[in-house]
Amino acid sequence: MGIPYFPGCTLHVKAKGLDDSTRATLAALGLELTELPEWTCCGTAFPLAQDNYMGMVASARILAKAAKEGDGRLVTVCSFCYNVLKRVNFALKNNDEARTKLNAYLEENYNGELRVLHPLELLRDDLGFDSLKTRVDRKLKGMKVACYYGCMLSRPAKEMEFGEPENPALMEEFVKAVGAEPVDFPYKTKCCGSYQVLNNYDLVAGRVKDILKAARVRDSEVIITSCPLCQFNLDWLQDRFADEDKSFSKIPVLYFTQLLGIALEISVAKLGLDNHYVDPKPLLQAG
Amino acid sequence: MAAENKMVSIYIMGKQYEVPYGVTIMKAMEYAGYRFIRGCGCRGGFCGACGTVYRKPDSFRLKVGLACATMVEDGMHLTQIPFYPANRASYKLEELSPSLGTLLQHYPEVTRCLGCNQCTRICPQELSVMDYIAAAQRGDIEKTAHQSFDCIMCGLCASRCPAEIVQYNVGILARRLYGRHIAPRAAHLAERVGEIKAGKFNDELSRLMQMSKEELQRRYEARDIEQ
Repeated sequence: MGIPYFPGCTLHVKAKGLDDSTRATLAALGLELTELPEWTCCGTAFPLAQDNYMGMVASARILAKAAKEGDGRLVTVCSFCYNVLKRVNFALKNNDEARTKLNAYLEENYNGELRVLHPLELLRDDLGFDSLKTRVDRKLKGMKVACYYGCMLSRPAKEMEFGEPENPALMEEFVKAVGAEPVDFPYKTKCCGSYQVLNNYDLVAGRVKDILKAARVRDSEVIITSCPLCQFNLDWLQDRFADEDKSFSKIPVLYFTQLLGIALEISVAKLGLDNHYVDPKPLLQAG
Repeated sequence: MAAENKMVSIYIMGKQYEVPYGVTIMKAMEYAGYRFIRGCGCRGGFCGACGTVYRKPDSFRLKVGLACATMVEDGMHLTQIPFYPANRASYKLEELSPSLGTLLQHYPEVTRCLGCNQCTRICPQELSVMDYIAAAQRGDIEKTAHQSFDCIMCGLCASRCPAEIVQYNVGILARRLYGRHIAPRAAHLAERVGEIKAGKFNDELSRLMQMSKEELQRRYEARDIEQ
């Protein structure tokens, strides 16, 4: 029995590479994940109104059921799922009214006992970055990596507990552990525009352009993220930018687990590296 | 015998009726004077035409059953919901691809699911309706097809959904996509169709066609029935 794992809807289809690479890399490091037997969409966005308990029901059910797996942990990697599940868990633990209402509706008795964990936390706490250092191949040495957290991992700080909300460092520690070199990246928590991509192209294109440029001027060879939507926005727009501006130079956008997979020499097919707009495979020759 | 004469008191759309103990809701409604021209089909619990909701005085819970297959109980408040408005996408199955995109193109409201689970709570077939909608939401057509397989399309799930999803139509689209595009072809079926085309059963068929009604009936009654 592995650690209970909530993949999330997007990881089943559009972001399969994130799911595959997460399972493959963690398994290779002895952290086997076991998908929850039944799960629904987490709700995607944490409700803005404090008393919108209906918007928390799905996540609350997922958490209550996951707690019955008996491990005490629930791992999820998509930044949106992680944000929502962790915040609903926080509400169940700390907000009396939310706990009472949600448990009454669901007919459960769950009080936020689970620890909702991101694989980066798992690598830091359960494996240890020192141990990770000894497990990876050295071919990433000197590879310059921009760590892009986006909005969802570190905010709101009190609920997410993911380091400094504007300047988190966990992904950089991870990058160092796999032998690569994190660049100083002030845009690391700037929002990419998220799902505004559906109705406000210019807004998202402008933000993505800024983020890519900030990575590029620091000689980053790759951007890493744990968010399917950030990955998509940062990746697919680059073809258009290159069409508009011949001097634009593309930069691959990987999930951090794919970078880990490259460091562990896991096969391209298992990491989903064939499904990117900007081909990341030249990175395999690096170092 | 006393049990046979026992009557129970039920409320149909709020009006009280005394009806015989031990009959189904459908028979009780007919006993009370209702005549069904809709909301009644097979009378055997399969067709899904007679979905009924009821409550009993001792519980706040909304209960559900098919009128043809649920016995009346004393104090039951009930109404039939034999039909619930439901939009049904039209499509040419052979032109569709079995993908998340196809499901969302025809039923985009699937993504509005809040996970309230009322659909599962009300399903008279005891299907995990919410779970098959969750599977549809992530493009798992095979799982949607399997988990919705016993659906009788009574529509009670759609009547309860705050996201206005018509779950059973999503289910049948998934089952069609699965059957047409995903399930492996049955090799023995192709073989049998080939045999039929080659005329293997023609003689037998023409003998049957020429038989008298009496002979057909005799053979029908003497046929082997699989246990």
